[in-house]
Amino acid sequence: MSADPTLERIAQGNGLALCAAGSWTARFAPVLEKMVADAEKLRGSRPNIFIDVSQVSKLDTFGAWLIERLRRSLTEGGIEAKIAGLSANYSSLVDEVRRVKAEPVVQARSVTITGMLEQIGRSVAGVGGTLVGLIEMLGAVLAAAGHVLIRPRGFRLTSTVHHLEQVCWRAVPIVVLITFLIGCIIAQQGIFHFRQFGADIFVVDMLGVLVLREIGVLLVAIMVAGRSGSAYTAELGSMKMREEIDALRTMGFDPIEVLILPRMLALVMALPILAFLGAMAALYGGGLVAYLYGGVEPEAFLLRLRDAISINHFIVGLIKAPVMAAVIGIVACVEGLAVQGSAESLGQHTTSSVVKGIFLVIVMDGVFAIFFASIGM
Amino acid sequence: MVGEISDAIIRVRDITVQFGKTRILDGLNLDVKRGEILGFVGPSGAGKSVLTRTIIGLVPKVAGRIEVFGVDLDKASTAERRGVERRWGVLFQQGALFSSLTVRQNIQFPVREYLNLSQRLLDEVMVAKLGMVGLKPEVADRFPSELSGGMIKRVALARALALDPELVFLDEPTSGLDPIGAGDFDELVRTLQRTLGLTVFMVTHDLDSLYTACDRIAVLGNGKIIAAGSIADMQASQHPWLQQYFHGKRARAVMG
Repeated sequence: MSADPTLERIAQGNGLALCAAGSWTARFAPVLEKMVADAEKLRGSRPNIFIDVSQVSKLDTFGAWLIERLRRSLTEGGIEAKIAGLSANYSSLVDEVRRVKAEPVVQARSVTITGMLEQIGRSVAGVGGTLVGLIEMLGAVLAAAGHVLIRPRGFRLTSTVHHLEQVCWRAVPIVVLITFLIGCIIAQQGIFHFRQFGADIFVVDMLGVLVLREIGVLLVAIMVAGRSGSAYTAELGSMKMREEIDALRTMGFDPIEVLILPRMLALVMALPILAFLGAMAALYGGGLVAYLYGGVEPEAFLLRLRDAISINHFIVGLIKAPVMAAVIGIVACVEGLAVQGSAESLGQHTTSSVVKGIFLVIVMDGVFAIFFASIGM
Repeated sequence: MVGEISDAIIRVRDITVQFGKTRILDGLNLDVKRGEILGFVGPSGAGKSVLTRTIIGLVPKVAGRIEVFGVDLDKASTAERRGVERRWGVLFQQGALFSSLTVRQNIQFPVREYLNLSQRLLDEVMVAKLGMVGLKPEVADRFPSELSGGMIKRVALARALALDPELVFLDEPTSGLDPIGAGDFDELVRTLQRTLGLTVFMVTHDLDSLYTACDRIAVLGNGKIIAAGSIADMQASQHPWLQQYFHGKRARAVMG
């Protein structure tokens, strides 16, 4: 059955018979292609060429196509090449293949310098588009919030509480653990370096200011962007892919109000809570290391902390939290709604949701630092 | 109910499948003959898709034996199993096209994995397969999300046929198609079965498909095959569900 395929040339008068034999199947395709390419060179050499396939033991679409390819290129020589000896089993297959139109359009996408420049240009132009998209979403969310304020029955409490559980309650263990460890590390490093000047106790000042003003909220915001921002994008994106968002729209619901507003609210409430818990955990971790590693008694630590930091540091940290939450939420929702039909697109948008979210959070933090410095807080 | 058939391409014996405590298939026997189109019907939720998925190995079974091409799939080595998988094609209910690949890449994907072919031959055969399922070569560079429902089914069929399988499983191939499209699809399955010598295992709800495309019909009920035979046998059957199915309002409309 699976004899090696052959293509013999037998002269008949002034004609030529190409006798195909053996199994013309995909398994032998590389050999077959070479044989067919050789035989194609015979084009026009004889007044009469035909292909005899009576000895073919097995034929599939690949083999049938190669015979058809040979027939076509021989026919290009001017004389119609015929296929002879076709068994009834295979004739319908060969007929089917014969109906295939000529060469498929193969598009070659080569990498050129202009192409690369074009790509860069498009990316830069895309930045503007992204900003406009974010502002649009912010506007839409605020409009939806206003709408809900006027007509409170439209507010989705259950959904908000569900998302609050997802992004806040369930995030507590990991946020507390990571901020605790960061607090430990800051304290250890501080003590190690300050000790050279005999200034161990100043580690409390550093820890307090750093944790309450910057690290606490920034670190938690980054974690939330990675944990919840990506989840929002993936949820909304797969709903978009499966036309669920279109379905909502046709039923007269506003997807912003139904899907995005509860998520945004949950996130805006969750981040200050998480930032507060994170700051406490970091202070606790720092205090623990100061006691165990630096020999700073807990009473001394607390006393020093009260002198070193004012309520302003704490307020500065907490003011930033909801704003950062809003930025993360808006980026995640814009990316989620931008997902196209493919799984790849979902992955790309989830990635860019997290990347853009973290980037914007850090930019916001810088802006806040300048702002608070100039108002003297 | 099903006698031993010597040239059976699928032989299912005493298959039992259960999810938790619910028994879906209960000692089911079924033979599919080489070269036939078997229509597989039954009430919704009876386990038609489960049987299909059990045969192709996506659902684990509790007991029983499945032979495809004479190979016992439980005893087969990985290499033997891959050999069998290369000889069948599956059309899933929703098409299951790879959404991040174009139509061209979707159809070429199995071929590229199993065979070492030149790009030219791959492209030409891809166009031939598209032609066979009634699509123009222009759709080759579109993504699945840019295709209509009927086109997705056709592309999925082209992908199932990419390796010239001897056996194809079609899970509700005509669901979601308009009647004309569904009729075309039945015709297409018939033509392909003739040209490529396919054996077709078709799960369907479409009475038209049963009348026009299928050689034999098997009916699933209570986890077993309750009847198997030609359309005439089905109409003559006294089983209440079959009576309702083949003599109901819709059936009369089809038979006109």
